Amino acid sequence: MAEEKMTPNAAVGSSAENAYKGPETDRRGFFNWLSLGWLAYIGVTGGFFTMIVRFLFPNVLFEPPQTFKIGFPEDFSKNSVDVKFKKQYNAWIVRDEESIFALSTVCTHLGCTPNWLPVESKFKCPCHGSGFRMTGIHFEGPAPRPLERFKIGLSNDGQILVDKTKSFKWEKGEWENPESYLKV
Amino acid sequence: MLETFKHTVDYLSSPTISFSILTVITPILFPPTDWFDKINRKLGFHLLWTKTGLIAAMAAITFFFVVGYMDQNFNVILTKADNFPIVLMVYSIYFFTWVAMHKAYINDERLEKGLKPLEYNDPDDKVLVWPDLVYIEFIALILFTVFLVVWSILVPAPLEEPANPAATPNPSKAPWYFLGLQEMLVYYDPWIAGIVLPIFCVVGLMAIPYMDINKKGDGYYSFKERRVGIFIFMYGWIVLWLFLIVLGTFFRGPNWNFYGPFEYWDTHKVVALNSVNLSEYFWVKLLGKGLPENILLREFLGFLTVGGYLFILPFILAKTILKDMYEAYGPTRFVSLMIFGLVMLSLPLKMYLRWVVNLKYFISIPEYFFNI
Repeated sequence: MAEEKMTPNAAVGSSAENAYKGPETDRRGFFNWLSLGWLAYIGVTGGFFTMIVRFLFPNVLFEPPQTFKIGFPEDFSKNSVDVKFKKQYNAWIVRDEESIFALSTVCTHLGCTPNWLPVESKFKCPCHGSGFRMTGIHFEGPAPRPLERFKIGLSNDGQILVDKTKSFKWEKGEWENPESYLKV
Repeated sequence: MLETFKHTVDYLSSPTISFSILTVITPILFPPTDWFDKINRKLGFHLLWTKTGLIAAMAAITFFFVVGYMDQNFNVILTKADNFPIVLMVYSIYFFTWVAMHKAYINDERLEKGLKPLEYNDPDDKVLVWPDLVYIEFIALILFTVFLVVWSILVPAPLEEPANPAATPNPSKAPWYFLGLQEMLVYYDPWIAGIVLPIFCVVGLMAIPYMDINKKGDGYYSFKERRVGIFIFMYGWIVLWLFLIVLGTFFRGPNWNFYGPFEYWDTHKVVALNSVNLSEYFWVKLLGKGLPENILLREFLGFLTVGGYLFILPFILAKTILKDMYEAYGPTRFVSLMIFGLVMLSLPLKMYLRWVVNLKYFISIPEYFFNI
């Protein structure tokens, strides 16, 4: 059966010279080529997608460390917001009467970066007008919850250590957690 | 004199006033009932759709932009490359509405006299797609390409420096065609304003042919034969979409505060915008207690309000003032019309509640990202 020639049943308008001739490849040859083609296809696309996935994991990441030291508690004056870590670490360091805490710079409405307005003493988002008090509590505009706080503590050399891998949400009552603020 | 004009415009453009004016004017411009039609005739609003009206309105728009161009504050906003499309849009909204309404008024008169509408074609009098239509399209295409090429040469693309998360532009504006969405986001949670409401807009527009049982006005311009439909569409299109784009472009300044077009963009303008949730109004301000621990108990009033608005109000309307409509449309059509209509109406309602009583959210469950 494998060696059977494929010839059409009826020769349409057949004449001696342009009669239909059967395919030159037989069935086995056809399947060989087909398998080879599929293997080549899988090889090329597989390699292509492997490289795409590889691309997602760069050799070097220019990301600031998630845990960083910001200096000594005395460096921060009372009732003020320190914006100097905003650009590198996306965090504001706030000191109130009795504690220091690190606020996330991501607006809880849609994720823009608010600005600290010292005169009005509030964080104001330029995208939809959400406003946050110095404590991070939302009070105006559409933001549904306060800014998140990062884990903060003292390291062995007495400097303040902020850990952005852990954040504390007010609406879940996590600001009570002693890791979310530093008593001074 | 000019200063008084500018101050008046600044005053009127504050959203509470300008939005209210448009909301009141739309039913008079596109009267859905005989009563509004009478007011329209009395105030002479129908003259806006005559040829004199076209010239007068175009002159008024141009006068406004010329005064704005010469004003040092409005000039900054007006000459930004981003805002050029809005100027074109203001002209084209009026022009195309004028074309439709002008022809509709002529047809309305013809139909009243028992004549056929202007666009009526004798079945024997045919026009061929090729070449008649395709040639017009081809010429329009070439002209528009020329316009775009000239525009892109004359006005450089408004590209800025590489993005820096530490320095958000103030104000941060979306592309002009998204400014209506950005305005909705001020009043609703991102999930509602960014996803649910746009889906309702798109699905609602697609559903119009299935919900509309009016067989008149098919294939020709007419106003009287479908005046309620035109009024609802015009309110949604002009007030709830295009006006919000104009508002976002010209009237939103630093810290996303409102500024009149001729007002200086003072970054330190202080506006009291304290917003309060419905649950806080009920438990804290009314009852003088703290918010309950249980989330469902805390937000029960919000659930009742939203549920009642969307699911109970349609039934009450079907039994009372919209009884005739319910009988004509049948339950399925009526309920879908009501849902789409009430969702559309929820935007101005929420805007007014924010402006008047500083309401933030009806239901506020930040614990589970659920806010309405």
